[in-house]
Amino acid sequence: MNTKTTLRITYREALKHGLREALINDDMVFLMGEDVGRYGGAFAVSKGFLEEFGEDRIMDVPLSESGFVGAGIGAALGGMRPIVEVMTVNFSLLALDQIINNASTLLHMSGGQINVPVVIRMNSGIGNQLAAQHSHSWEPFYAHVPGLKVVSVGTHEDARGMLLTALESPDPVIIFEYTSLLNMESEIPLDSGAMDIDKAKVRREGKDVSIITYGPGVYKALAAAEELNLSGIDAEVVDLRVLNPIDNETILTSVAKTHRVLIVEEAWRSVSISSEIISRIMEHAFFDLDAPVQRLCGVEVPIPYPKHLEDASIPQKEDIVNSILNMVQYD
Amino acid sequence: MENEETNPSPTIDAKLGLALLYQMILIRRFEEKSAELYTKEKIRGFLHLYVGEEAVAVGVMQSLTEDDNILSTYREHGHALARGVDPGSIMAEMYGKREGCSMGRGGSMHLFDVAKKFYGGNAIVGGHLPLAVGMALASKKQGQNNITCCFFGEGAIAEGEFHESMNLAALWKVSVLFLCENNLYGMGTALRFSHSIQELEKKGDAYGVESAAVNGMDVLEMKKAVEKATAYIRSSGKPYFLVCNTYRFRAHSMFDAQLYRNKKEVEVWKERDPISTLRNQLLEKNLISNDDIDLIEEKVKTEVQKAVDFAEAGTFEPIGELTKYVYSS
Repeated sequence: MNTKTTLRITYREALKHGLREALINDDMVFLMGEDVGRYGGAFAVSKGFLEEFGEDRIMDVPLSESGFVGAGIGAALGGMRPIVEVMTVNFSLLALDQIINNASTLLHMSGGQINVPVVIRMNSGIGNQLAAQHSHSWEPFYAHVPGLKVVSVGTHEDARGMLLTALESPDPVIIFEYTSLLNMESEIPLDSGAMDIDKAKVRREGKDVSIITYGPGVYKALAAAEELNLSGIDAEVVDLRVLNPIDNETILTSVAKTHRVLIVEEAWRSVSISSEIISRIMEHAFFDLDAPVQRLCGVEVPIPYPKHLEDASIPQKEDIVNSILNMVQYD
Repeated sequence: MENEETNPSPTIDAKLGLALLYQMILIRRFEEKSAELYTKEKIRGFLHLYVGEEAVAVGVMQSLTEDDNILSTYREHGHALARGVDPGSIMAEMYGKREGCSMGRGGSMHLFDVAKKFYGGNAIVGGHLPLAVGMALASKKQGQNNITCCFFGEGAIAEGEFHESMNLAALWKVSVLFLCENNLYGMGTALRFSHSIQELEKKGDAYGVESAAVNGMDVLEMKKAVEKATAYIRSSGKPYFLVCNTYRFRAHSMFDAQLYRNKKEVEVWKERDPISTLRNQLLEKNLISNDDIDLIEEKVKTEVQKAVDFAEAGTFEPIGELTKYVYSS
C-alpha cells in the first residue's frame, strides 16, 4: 500500500503547479506578463503553458509595465480574472501609478461600485548577485497601501496554494515570490491546494522566543531554530504570510506565549514591516514582553554585487542564531 | 488620416437638432451653476469645467450604445451628462453627499456610474488609458462586440501611458476609441510648448492605429466623425484615434488666473461657440424657432435647479462608514 502523502518539489515547481491549476480551474483566468509565453517565463515558472493553454490565455506583453499592469486592472473591471506577472518587483515601480492610483482606489472612490479582482505576481528579493537595481524588497511599499492585499510566499506550500486563493479575492492581490527560493526543494502535502490568505502561520512551535518573519526569512528562521534547539532554546517561527492587512491575532498569541520577539526581514530597516509589527506589539502586548523586541533587517544600502557584501546586506541564519543567543543570555 | 477640413457639412433634422442643442445647453448651464456653487463653497476641491467643449461629449455619445464602456478624465461632467448620468447624482457628488453617483467620495473629478458603464472620472492624466485597453481586452476575450471609449486631453499624449496603450490596443486588436480632446492647453502650458509634433493625429501612424482629426467645436461634424470611427471599430475590432480640436472657454480650474493666454484668443474661439454654431445652423435652415430655444433654456433651467435641490437635500455619509469599501468585506 502506497502511504506516501507528500511530494518533493522545488519552489519553482510549486508555483508552476498552482498557476497551472488556476488556469485549468477557470476559463476567465489568464496570465499576462513579460516573457511568460514563448520564453517560458523569466524564471521558467510558466514553461510549456503557451503550448498547453494557447496565446489567448498566456499573453506575452511588451516592456510597458504601466500599460500592461493597467490593462490587467482594466480586464478585471471587464469581468476577467487576470494574473499579471511583473517579471521582477524592481520593474513594478514603473506600474506604481496603476497599482496605487487605480487598483487600490477604485472600489472605495466609486462608493463600492467597482471591484478590481486582479492578481499581480512579482518575483522579488535578494541573493543572486544582481546588484542594486535588481535586488529590491518592496513589500513595505505595497503593504502601506489600503485597498491592496499583499501576500508573501515564504514556503513551498504557499507557493502551491496562495495564487489559487488570491484568485477568489474580489480585491487586488499583490503576490511576492522569491528568486532565491526557486531551486530549493521541500516536501508539500500531496493534496496541497488553496489555503487561507488572511492569517499568519506558526511554522514551528516553540516556547522561548518568537521569530516573526516573512518571505526568504521563513526558511532561514526555521534553520536557525533547529540550530538553537541544540543549545536548548525552543524558538517559535511565525510566518506573517499576509503583509496587508496584517493578522494581529497570530502575532499577539505568540508574544503572549514566548514573551520575547525577534523580527527578521530583508527589506530596509526604517519604515519597514518590522517597524509596523513592533508598533502593534507595543500597542497590544507591551506587558507580555520580558525583553525589548529586537529585529534583523536589510542594511540600508543599495544592495551591492559582490557575494560577501550582498550576504552582509541581509540577515543570515547565523545572525538570527546569534541575536537570539544574546537575547536569552540575560535571563 | 483624415483632414478635418475635407468633411462636407452633415445633414440634420429638427428632432435631432433640438436633442443635441438641449444636451449641450444642459452641460453649459450645469457648468455655470457649478461655478456659482463653487464660489458659494457648496462645491470644494478641484473643479474643472467643460464650457466650450460641449460638442465633443454630445457628438461622441450619439454613436455609443448602452453596452459601450466609457472612461473619462477629471473634466468629465459633460461626458457624464451626455451619457445620461443623472444630473442630480452628479451635483450631489460634487456636494460630497452620499446620494452622489460615487456616494460623495470622489467629488467633481471622480464621477462613476457603473449602471451607465461610466468608469470615472480619472484624475491622473493618462492613467486610465491602460484601463481602457484592458476593458476592451476583456470584451474581446468574452466575445462581446462593444467599444470602450476613452476620453483624454492632449496633455495625456505626453504621458508614456498614451504610447503604451496605443501600442497595446493595436497589438491586441481591441475595440478602443481613443478620444483626444485637444483644447490646446495642458493646464497652462500650450500645445506648442509640450509637443514637438502638434498635429496629434499623426501619432496614430506610429502604432498602426487608424486616426483622424475633427473640428470639435461643431457637434454635427463631431457626430459624423464618431459615426465613422465607431463603424470602423465595430467592423474591424481595431482601435481608432480621434483628435477633437476644441477649446475651453473658462479657466483650467477655479484657481487659474489664465496668465498663459490672452483674452483676444479666448474671444476668437468664442466666436466658434458650439452652441451658437448649432443654434444658427438650425435657425438658418428654419428647422427651429427662437421659441424652441427658449423652451430648451426653460427646461434646462428646471433640470439644473432640480439637480441642485437634490444635492442640497442630500445627506452626508456617516463617519462610521469611512473605511467601508477599502476592501470588499
